[in-house]
Amino acid sequence: MGKYIAKRLGQAVVVLLIVTAIIFLLVNVAGDPTANMLPLDASEADRQAMREAMGLNRPLFIQYMDFLGKAIRGDFGNSYRYNLPAINLALQRMPVSLQLAGTALLFAVLFAIPLGILSAKFANSPFDLVVSSVSVLGRAMPNFWIGILLILLFAVNWKLFPVSGSGTAKHLVLPAMTLAIQSASQIIPLIRSNMLDVMQEDYIRTARSKGVGEGVITMVHAFKNALVPVVTVVALEIPGLIGGALITETIFAWPGLGQFLIQAINNRDMSVVQVCIFMISVITLFANLVADLVYCLIDPRIRY
Amino acid sequence: MQKKPGGRILRLLLQSYTGCVGLFIVTAMVVFAVFAKQIAPFEPNAMNPLEMLKPPAFCEGGSMKHLLGTDNLGHDIFSRIVYGTRVSIIIGVCSVLIAGFIGTAFGLVAGYFGGFADAVIMRVTDAFHAIPRTLLALVAVSVMSSGVTTLIIVIGVTGWITYARVVRSEVLALKNREFVKAAITVGTPDWRIILDHILPNVLSSVIVVSTLAVATSIIAESSLSFLGLGIQPPSISWGGMLSTGRSYIATNWWVATMPGIALTVTVLGIMFLGNWLRDVMDPHHTGSGS
Repeated sequence: MGKYIAKRLGQAVVVLLIVTAIIFLLVNVAGDPTANMLPLDASEADRQAMREAMGLNRPLFIQYMDFLGKAIRGDFGNSYRYNLPAINLALQRMPVSLQLAGTALLFAVLFAIPLGILSAKFANSPFDLVVSSVSVLGRAMPNFWIGILLILLFAVNWKLFPVSGSGTAKHLVLPAMTLAIQSASQIIPLIRSNMLDVMQEDYIRTARSKGVGEGVITMVHAFKNALVPVVTVVALEIPGLIGGALITETIFAWPGLGQFLIQAINNRDMSVVQVCIFMISVITLFANLVADLVYCLIDPRIRY
Repeated sequence: MQKKPGGRILRLLLQSYTGCVGLFIVTAMVVFAVFAKQIAPFEPNAMNPLEMLKPPAFCEGGSMKHLLGTDNLGHDIFSRIVYGTRVSIIIGVCSVLIAGFIGTAFGLVAGYFGGFADAVIMRVTDAFHAIPRTLLALVAVSVMSSGVTTLIIVIGVTGWITYARVVRSEVLALKNREFVKAAITVGTPDWRIILDHILPNVLSSVIVVSTLAVATSIIAESSLSFLGLGIQPPSISWGGMLSTGRSYIATNWWVATMPGIALTVTVLGIMFLGNWLRDVMDPHHTGSGS
């Protein structure tokens, strides 16, 4: 187990190195970092001087090593717009985003587990059909469209929640729902099919023949085992939630990392963009690792 | 006499309700895109200040003249949706061709050669997986010029990881099959084994992944356009229409809702068709179509 964790951590470091290379190439090769730092009418000589001052005339590999060396120490440069270290700005926004993603994940799991179990229990009933159809629909709708629909229904029509903004718990509901609907649509069919598989197992028949109640069989015998693969998918939903939060935060004016990042992209504030992508990648890799370890903990048959 | 394979596929299609619906939607979309000029009643960018924000025909105050109503500039929404199909199809299909080519090539190399090449390709795949695709595409589009070609390239280049993973795992299984081992034994060069023996056997998976990938590419394009970094006016994209409609959500719901429905129906159609294809092409997978 210790060896496995060490191996996975080693892989994660390599992956992060590749991520930094992608971020670096994207900003320095695909785009011109000086493009937005000088006035539009700056002469070519001025631009050249700027490039030299920033060290952009050095070989690409040297520049990358320089970028990497600083990145390891948490220095991604200053934000052009705020003139503060980009990493501090991003870290300030992080808890707000995690609050949204956490609430969304909670909603998703709270929706998905009962709906998944019930639609397996009443497989092929009208209830199952409705749940399956809704989850198919949830997967077919981009999250900005779900967000707009929720605003239309819950904020404009029924005036239950505010259209956008932050501050109270009510502000959190619609953006979290937007993200949760998408995640739940992925999780529900999985719980359903796992439950159906597990219900065929011998130990369920044994439990039934012993006279164990249906409720106990469903919840204790079946669900516990159907949960194993679900844990992985829930963990894999985390990057999706963070990625989806980019747009969702923009729609609902939620002041998290996603909204901050979109603003930075629009302002071409590349230090901020780089640090945000880096942080999101770290979270994703960490979530994947945790998922694999939890998988191993809850299913004693899996040994690495 | 042997039956034509087309007849078998048609029979399988008719057995699947969702497969039929999917095929119908996708066909309708292609027809819309090709004959946009003939189908759309109005020029999609024709502004009409007298007919601004008219509700759809089935609502109070609407008229048959503008079937799905008009937006804030008096554009006919139906005509814009019809023209928007073009952007969705072009970007969806072309970017999937790019993604499919890159991903399949990587998957073949990683699976067939294994070892160092496999390790490197898999770590690069992990790295691309760790960055949300919309985010990567967003930054790439923002540093390059925006336009249909850029979007196709960006969405294509950010979408290859599924192919690489699926193809790699198939190749790993194929490598142990007799016909591949036989080819190796008689000294067939590696590239011939890959192209003649392995590639044809992974193609069905590639096709299935591609169908579903068209749907995600369409969503990616509309997301970028919704954020104002994708298709720029006067070109029409459903994502851009939704973004306009967002400002009128409190008063004129149809401006955002109509392109939203078009997007959902399209994605749904492609998903249905893709799932059906998966059922038909993969005998191990039991689903509604098999």
